Parts: sequence; structure tokens; C-alpha cells
Amino acid sequence: MEPLVKVRNLKKYFTVQASMFGKPRAVVKAVDGVSFDIHPGETLGLVGESGCGKSTTGRLILRLLEPTAGEVFFNGRNIFDASAAEMRNLRREMQIIFQDPYASLNPRMTVGQIVAEPLRVFNLAAGAELEKRVRELLSCVGLAGYHARRYPHEFSGGQRQRVGIARALATNPKLIICDEPVSALDVSIQSQVLNLLKDLQKEFGFTYLFIAHGLNVVKHVSDRVGVMYLGQLVELAGDDELYGAPLHPYTRALLSAVPVPDPKVKKERIILTGDVPSPVNPPDGCRFHTRCFRCMEVCRRRPPEFREARPGHWVACHAVEGD
Amino acid sequence: MDNLLLNVEDLKTHFFLDDGVVPAVDGVSFHLRKGETLAVVGESGSGKSITSLSIMRLVPAPPGRIVGGRITFAGEDLLAKSEKEMRDVRGNRISMIFQEPMTSLNPVYRVGDQIAESLVLHKRMKKKEALEQAVEMLRLTGIPSPEKRVRDFPHQMSGGMRQRVMIAMALCCQPELLIADEPTTALDVTIQAQILELMQELQRQMNTSIILITHDLAVVAEVADRAVVMYCGKVVEEAPVAELFENPLHPYTRGLLNSIPRLDENVDRLFMIDGVVPNMLRLPPGCAFAPRCPEAREHCRETAPRLTRVAPGRLVSCLLVEGGAA
Repeated sequence: MEPLVKVRNLKKYFTVQASMFGKPRAVVKAVDGVSFDIHPGETLGLVGESGCGKSTTGRLILRLLEPTAGEVFFNGRNIFDASAAEMRNLRREMQIIFQDPYASLNPRMTVGQIVAEPLRVFNLAAGAELEKRVRELLSCVGLAGYHARRYPHEFSGGQRQRVGIARALATNPKLIICDEPVSALDVSIQSQVLNLLKDLQKEFGFTYLFIAHGLNVVKHVSDRVGVMYLGQLVELAGDDELYGAPLHPYTRALLSAVPVPDPKVKKERIILTGDVPSPVNPPDGCRFHTRCFRCMEVCRRRPPEFREARPGHWVACHAVEGD
Repeated sequence: MDNLLLNVEDLKTHFFLDDGVVPAVDGVSFHLRKGETLAVVGESGSGKSITSLSIMRLVPAPPGRIVGGRITFAGEDLLAKSEKEMRDVRGNRISMIFQEPMTSLNPVYRVGDQIAESLVLHKRMKKKEALEQAVEMLRLTGIPSPEKRVRDFPHQMSGGMRQRVMIAMALCCQPELLIADEPTTALDVTIQAQILELMQELQRQMNTSIILITHDLAVVAEVADRAVVMYCGKVVEEAPVAELFENPLHPYTRGLLNSIPRLDENVDRLFMIDGVVPNMLRLPPGCAFAPRCPEAREHCRETAPRLTRVAPGRLVSCLLVEGGAA
């Protein structure tokens, strides 16, 4: 099947002005050469620690940011070539759910107005039809019709996240980018929202790009998972394969660091030393070599190639055996 | 119990707002032994942070006020102490680590000066001596080249390093009790593993008792000896950690444990606790968890349960648990 989204060698560098006069400049390589596909109907998880570029990747796929280099094909169409008018139409097909349900809803609009806005912008409904559609959307996400007249501050975090989801559903998109949709929520509310996202996918066949730092959450929702480190994808594989037989040393360390909610399990933990290096000045060779417990001579010199080491299992590491 | 360090008895901290009284902490009791780690678990609004602020006597007043109960620390009544006497306790015998290391460090002072401050204040050290001690503390927390880093400002450090500075600051006076309020919530998982390991290592060296306040049951399983589960300002269950995970007695504890997605399991749907935490201004009569409880019966909505001992070291507040109906 043709992928819904094809990301090819995507790069985004941010220039930071060091002085007021803009002379010494530094470049943050937030995303530095990322390639992957998203298949229709699947959930692709993207994990990594703060600053690894996962959210920037999500925003580039929606063209909320212009890339430094690379391509994103949506349904075979390179979105970076699209004109403003074409882009507007494309955005009907791709929506986003944000992390912070407090900051992503306009406090001066009622929930009804918030959910109706995309319908109005794209002229999808008006009048009584619009009202009916808003009620339908609210009921899809487990809210009641009377909630439409209320303002965001009257809702709890979990309910606000439901409003954000209803807004994303409004245009009946193909792709929904979920950027840390549950990290701001309590555990008991988190499971409600995760189940809701899964139910909606079953019902409407959405494709999700699920960006999160919680490895357990990503495992629960994803069919395939990509791991990012310092702006690059280091590993990409099916959910069971990645968690069951991770190849990249960083993935292994990351998985071993996740605390297990079971006091009987005593894990062999790989504790990484030091912090993530600055993306302004990433290490030469493999970017992970400064913290890697399997670092070899070649790792310091040459960046590893992102290759398919096993069928469907991609990895960028010199230490991994394979073809 | 001869090695008892802290005893909290029927603590009540209420907030007096324009539209009513919020019983943020409402009759909370627990104890802590020397060298022990006690986890206080709960979701937002459960009262776990207000409990710790009450122990430190740092409840924002007004609108908050401790309206009842006793807090005994090393045999002394903390609630009877004057503000001046409390200042000798805070940062010296009881210290605290907060969730967000950026907002709890002063951005305009060097980290070394901030660590040294409490040594000068509590241990009557000379500034120079205190700064040397600050370098030692930074070394202990695993910060590379501490003699250079001691001159850094907080913004020059990463999140993990700032949390190490907070730990160094909290432990420099060798407190008997460390209260860690969500110490790793703002950190990435590899850094979280480092910080938890560090806290346990320092606890072994200094025999500090720790109250770990968290919403993350996985962190509890990793580091705590005993746990207290809070809901709507009350303790609903207390148990040794192994038993809490093996056999949770309160339906809320069970719900929390079941709703965490796990790495070692594949399930299609997660367990859900329906509904939301009730408004603290209008708590339901009877058990506060009854409206969300899948097992609630009629009398749960009418009669409030009491925290009752059901087995050695195990307390639960639920009318459905045998022996739990007081």
C-alpha cells in the first residue's frame, strides 16, 4: 500500500542570534535528516527525550514550520511545493492535538465555537446543520450537547483535551498528529483519553502520528515506533519488535530506564552517564557516541547509516550486526 | 516504635475561599521511621502537596490554615513551634525538593552561593568554608567538574543538573527528613533513573528519611518502602509497597494500578476510572470515591468510611473491604 505520508531527509535548523547585532550565529539542528513513512490507518509512535526534535518533526509534517531541506509527501503530493491556497485545503486532511489543553483553547470562545471553527473556516456546515454537527462531535468524544455553551475554564484538563480532540475531528481528517496528548493529564484521566483515541481510530480509520516521551504510553497506542536522538531517527520498528528486541544502544538504555510499576521486578538498568549534548554543537560521528556503552573507534569518526538491519527494522548504529 | 521520626495525626489543612471551604487535607494520619522512604501517592487535587507543605508549615495563609491535628517530628510538636523556631528546622532538619528546579532556584545567584546560604545560616560556617562544602556536595551528586560548576547560574545548567543542585542544597545540612515533591516529574526518563539512583545512594550514606510525593506508581514501586494513597484530601489506603502492588485493597488503588499502560503487557483497552475528581467545594456525602467507584453500593454514598487497620501495616478506608467498615 502506498504510504499516506512520506518523509524524506527532512531537516530543520533554527538560527539563534548570539548578540544583539546578530554577528556570531549559532545553528540549532533540531531535525537533521529524518526519513520515514506513515501508512494509512496505522499509528506511528515517535519517542525521544526533550529536545530530540520529535515535536519539530510533527510541525514540519503539517508545514506549520518551513523546512531547511527535505520533502514531505502527503498522499503523493510534496506539501512544501503547495501554494497557500492548496495548503489550506490540505490542512483539512491533517489536524493536530496539542499537549497543553489549557493553552491550546481560546479562553474567550465557548466550546461550541471552538469545535465549530474548523467547520466554518472550510464552509463544511452552517446554521442548524452546524449546530447538529458540533453536538455530534462532542458526543463522539464523550461530552454532552450542553457543554457547547460553556467556556474552557469550566472544564477539567481531561475534558479540555476531549474538546481539542473534537476540534481535530471536525474536518474529518485523514492524519492526526498527537503531540504529547496525555502528558499533562492524571493517570486515571490519561487512560480515558488513550482509549478514546483508539476507539475513534477504529470508528473513523484515522492515521495517527503519536509523539510522546512516555515509552509505555507510546507502546500502548502504536503499531510502529521510531526513536529519535538529537534530531535524528536512530531506530524504527514494529511495536513488539522495538520493545522486545531493541537493537540501538540508546533504545536499550531508554527502555531500561523506564520504571516498572511492580516492586518484584528488579531490572538490569543501563544508566546513561551525562546529559544529552547540545544540538547547537552535536558530536561528530554517531551523535550518541559520547554516552554510548558500546562505543567503538569508528563511531567517533563516521555517522552510521540508517538502514534496514532486519525486515521492517531500521537502525542507525555501527555496533549492530546485519547485512 | 523507637525509631519513629515523624508522626502525622489527623492533620486538617483547609482553604477558606470566597465560595466555601476546601478541605484540601482532611484528617490525614501516617508515620515515618528513620531511614525509611514513604511514598505519598495521588492525582492532582488529592492533597499530597498540601500535606507536605503543612509539615514544613509553608501553607499559603490566607487562604490556607492548619485547622487540626498534630505533627510530631523527632519528639517535638511542629505545630506548636513559632515561625522563628520553624526557620531552624526548615532546610536544616527537614528539607524539600520541588518539582520544577528552574522556578525553585534563584536565577540571579550562582548555584554555589545558593547551596552555601543554608550552611552559613544553619551551620554557622564561614562563607569560604561553606563554598568548599558546596563543591563537595555537587561532587557527591555527580556533577562533573564541580569546582567550575559551583560558579554557574541556574540557566547555564540542564534540567537534570539543576535537580542535582536542588538535591545538593537540600542535603547539605544533612537533614533527618527530606521531602521530595515530584522530584523527577519534569525530567526525561534516562535522567529520572539517574536522579532516583542518586537519592537512594545518598539516603544510604546519610540515613535520611524520605517522603516521596508523586503521582507515578512506577516510581513508587522502584524506590519506596511503604506507600500512602490519597484521594480528595484523605488517605484511602496505606501499605508496604510490595503488598500494595500485589494486593491493592481500595478500588481506587486498583483502578490506578490497572490504568497504567505497561511495557511488558499488550492490552487493547486500558482500564478506566470513569468520571472526574469531584469538586472539593461540594464533596459528595459518604465515600468521596463512590461516584467513580465501579463497586460502590448504596451505603457507600451515605456513610463515609474510616481508615481502619485490616492487617499488620495495612490500612484501608472502604466499606466494601472486610473489617474496613468502622
